[in-house]
Amino acid sequence: MGFFVEVLISGLMAGVLYSLVALGFVLIFKASGVFNFAQGAMVLFAALTFVRLLDILKDTFAPITLALIITIAMMIMLAMAIERLVLRPLVNQPGISLFMATLGVAYFLDGFGQTLWGSDIYTLDIGIPRGSIFILESVFEGGVLVAKEDLVATVIAGILVVTLAIFFQRTRIGRALRAVADDHQAAQSIGIPLNYIWVIVWSVAGLVALVAGVIWGSKLGVQFSLSLIALKALPVLILGGFESVLGAIIGGLIIGSGEKLAEIYLGPYVGGGIEYWFAYMLALGFLMFRPQGLFGEVHIDRV
Amino acid sequence: MFYREAGQFKTSYKADQAMFPIFQDKIFVAIWLFIGFVVVPMLANEYMFRAIFIPVIIMALAAIGLNLLVGYCGQVSLGSGAFMAVGAYAAYNFMIRVPELNPLICFLLGGLSATAVGVIFGIPSLRIKGFYLAVATLALQFFTDWTFSRIDWFTNYTPSGSIAVRPVEMLGVVFDSPMKKYFLCLVFLVIFTIIGTNIVRGRIGRAWMATRDMDVAAEIIGIRPVFAKLSAFAVSSFFIGVAGALWAFVHLGSWEPLAFDINLSFSILFMVIIGGLGSIVGGMLGAAFITLLPLFLNQLPVWLGINISTAMISHLEFMIFGALIIFFLAVEPLGLARIWQITKEKLRLWPFPH
Amino acid sequence: MNDTDRKLGPTILQVEGISLAFGGVKALTNISFEVKEHEILAIIGPNGAGKSSMLNVINGVYHPNAGSITYKGNVRQQMKPHEAASQGIARTFQNIALFKGMSVLDNIMTGRTLKMNAGFLAQCLYIGSARNEEIEHRKKVEEIIDFLQIQSIRKTPVGRLPYGLQKRVELGRALAAEPELLLLDEPMAGMNIEEKEDMSRFILDVNDEFGTTIVLIEHDMGVVMDLSDRIVVLDYGKKIGDGTPTEIRNNKEVIDAYLGVSD
Repeated sequence: MGFFVEVLISGLMAGVLYSLVALGFVLIFKASGVFNFAQGAMVLFAALTFVRLLDILKDTFAPITLALIITIAMMIMLAMAIERLVLRPLVNQPGISLFMATLGVAYFLDGFGQTLWGSDIYTLDIGIPRGSIFILESVFEGGVLVAKEDLVATVIAGILVVTLAIFFQRTRIGRALRAVADDHQAAQSIGIPLNYIWVIVWSVAGLVALVAGVIWGSKLGVQFSLSLIALKALPVLILGGFESVLGAIIGGLIIGSGEKLAEIYLGPYVGGGIEYWFAYMLALGFLMFRPQGLFGEVHIDRV
Repeated sequence: MFYREAGQFKTSYKADQAMFPIFQDKIFVAIWLFIGFVVVPMLANEYMFRAIFIPVIIMALAAIGLNLLVGYCGQVSLGSGAFMAVGAYAAYNFMIRVPELNPLICFLLGGLSATAVGVIFGIPSLRIKGFYLAVATLALQFFTDWTFSRIDWFTNYTPSGSIAVRPVEMLGVVFDSPMKKYFLCLVFLVIFTIIGTNIVRGRIGRAWMATRDMDVAAEIIGIRPVFAKLSAFAVSSFFIGVAGALWAFVHLGSWEPLAFDINLSFSILFMVIIGGLGSIVGGMLGAAFITLLPLFLNQLPVWLGINISTAMISHLEFMIFGALIIFFLAVEPLGLARIWQITKEKLRLWPFPH
Repeated sequence: MNDTDRKLGPTILQVEGISLAFGGVKALTNISFEVKEHEILAIIGPNGAGKSSMLNVINGVYHPNAGSITYKGNVRQQMKPHEAASQGIARTFQNIALFKGMSVLDNIMTGRTLKMNAGFLAQCLYIGSARNEEIEHRKKVEEIIDFLQIQSIRKTPVGRLPYGLQKRVELGRALAAEPELLLLDEPMAGMNIEEKEDMSRFILDVNDEFGTTIVLIEHDMGVVMDLSDRIVVLDYGKKIGDGTPTEIRNNKEVIDAYLGVSD
């Protein structure tokens, strides 16, 4: 039982990261209706920028703070560039065109990031404690082994989610964002500038990508595969619904724990490695029963 | 002056609905066929067959297949590599398990297997509007990667997990030399191009395009969007599956699952976007462009006499592809095919452009 | 044109007690009316009265919460739009719903979809039945093109056409299905007088020549009074009037709710 809980917890921790990436997807989808395939590339780009800046600035008085500020600035610039060069020319195009354009963005960012910063594996150390601790010793015999960095990651992710929730519910910009999500034209007609909103949303998504990238990078090293791991967030969206922040979080946890448990308990029967596709299959199976996702809404077409 | 439609009056609907209603187009196609079947074989050397013509032709087949889905029916698939893999491995298994089957039949069965897999993955995701097919095909991509590397039955328990095949023999000819392989692929391409063109100009093609442009209206005139999308996906998978079998048996000769990974899927999608959405010719142009650009980029530093690492070149390639995708989608969604058409229209006025 | 001596057939469509709600918003409340064969029925009412919703219920886009629809003797509560199409109901939209990437010809050809049945392989090879079928239906479509006088634009992509012509092409697509019941959602919205006259004539000709029953939504009172045999008036999802144009003109409730303010 202790072992089961251990697997479950490590899965949930991985799930937190999927949730973070999925959150980036959901923000952009809600506000601009764009299915942003480049979210994974943004994670990689942010993490690469951050880790390399850290190296360049290591002799300054506050390398982490400086690197963080510059990286955030770059993510905002990226959001502006995407708005200007991708979203604006493609406004009113079918969703499929925008989706494919974000594929182009993903490719460009992957290439650009690695051209700019190199393509080695970089270790990222921003002082997240390492090693493992035992928890729940009173509940299970021998307790449950948990990695400290996972705990820290969960706390950071939690803080980020709460911050975003407050941002969306309480601030003026947040409310404008939700208005845009509900109805583009109506939002425009009451004077909310769409382009400005897009920049903000993509910037926030960039910020979320940075957090995900830093946490992930300090766990696995910053490397190209980050861009692909982030694709695991797609099944999360199917599970949670494309437009639900809560769905992204719960879906991420389900996917994270589900694939770890499946790997340990089902994997041996089919030759292992099912972690590679389990999340996707789980999501597809789910699609048969609840196409709109756990927290998605059913839309009525108006004609 | 090359192109003059004036004076070519059609006196029957039959003539007007022919594949190439304009006389010059017929000539043009004839010239291209002549180049393909006569000029290229006379001029090309082995390297050109192997590195350029054969891969371009097979990829053109795959890109035409994907274009039926993306360009004509408006659905995105990120699993073309998976369908090629299914086509290749299915053809291989039919061949070794039923040795009396003609390889040609095996190739087509490979394509049909891809169709079957496509339908299974397509049904849950195509019922619903949105981007579900993209995710479902991505799922298929990862699933096939895993299946063909972990389940040894598919590779006939070869210890390395890779497969090597002898040159295929069809109709008494052993396709062992690059030129013979080239002819084989070209014949496949021509036949499938004709089939693709016929489908898209008929009832089925119109149903696909109607679903793409406005599915609610399509349904109201009696087209079932789910059926239209599913049929586009099935036909597209068949094309891509056959291309996969050709890629494995004719182009590669020996391969491992990695040959059909997600990068291949993206490449084929890029061929469709850059070549031109909803255009058969576009698939061919895109395939040529995407296959040749890396070759060109690799040669460029040599020609310019500068030293760039291969890693850097591959990053540049990513950037260029990414930028081109955005450019074409934003500026010219009809892609190279449209540029080609504009050139033809210019030729119509030449040499008096005003 | 509402000459009473024109032959009206038996009831083709009977709408009984239809109610429709989206979430808590009631779009239609207990609507009943009937349409006779060969009739031109107009549905009028202010914006948001539920007119388009009514058409959507008739051809199966929306499924009513209560009530039933009897079409050619068959009672049904729910049906899919493509089933409605196969029973001979065609439709145009308030906001044009053409296939923008396709030519005028192809758009109208899609209207023939249900009448075509060549096999898949024949279509792949464009032989035999597939080829004959294409040509035979092309003839029919050309008749419609002639009828609507859009010969010169038959190969133009519809996205490039001006609004008025797009409306005409959409009518053509609906006619291509040779419908028994034609639903027109504001066929003349946004047109100038000349275009409206053309469109009115087409509608009357369709009704006359092919005997098609027509249910139309229109805002232009002049047009409605001229065209229709009978008028149903909706307001806030409720039926407040039903009768010949003369009756409607003198209906106190209708005048208060609608005509009075609009005129």
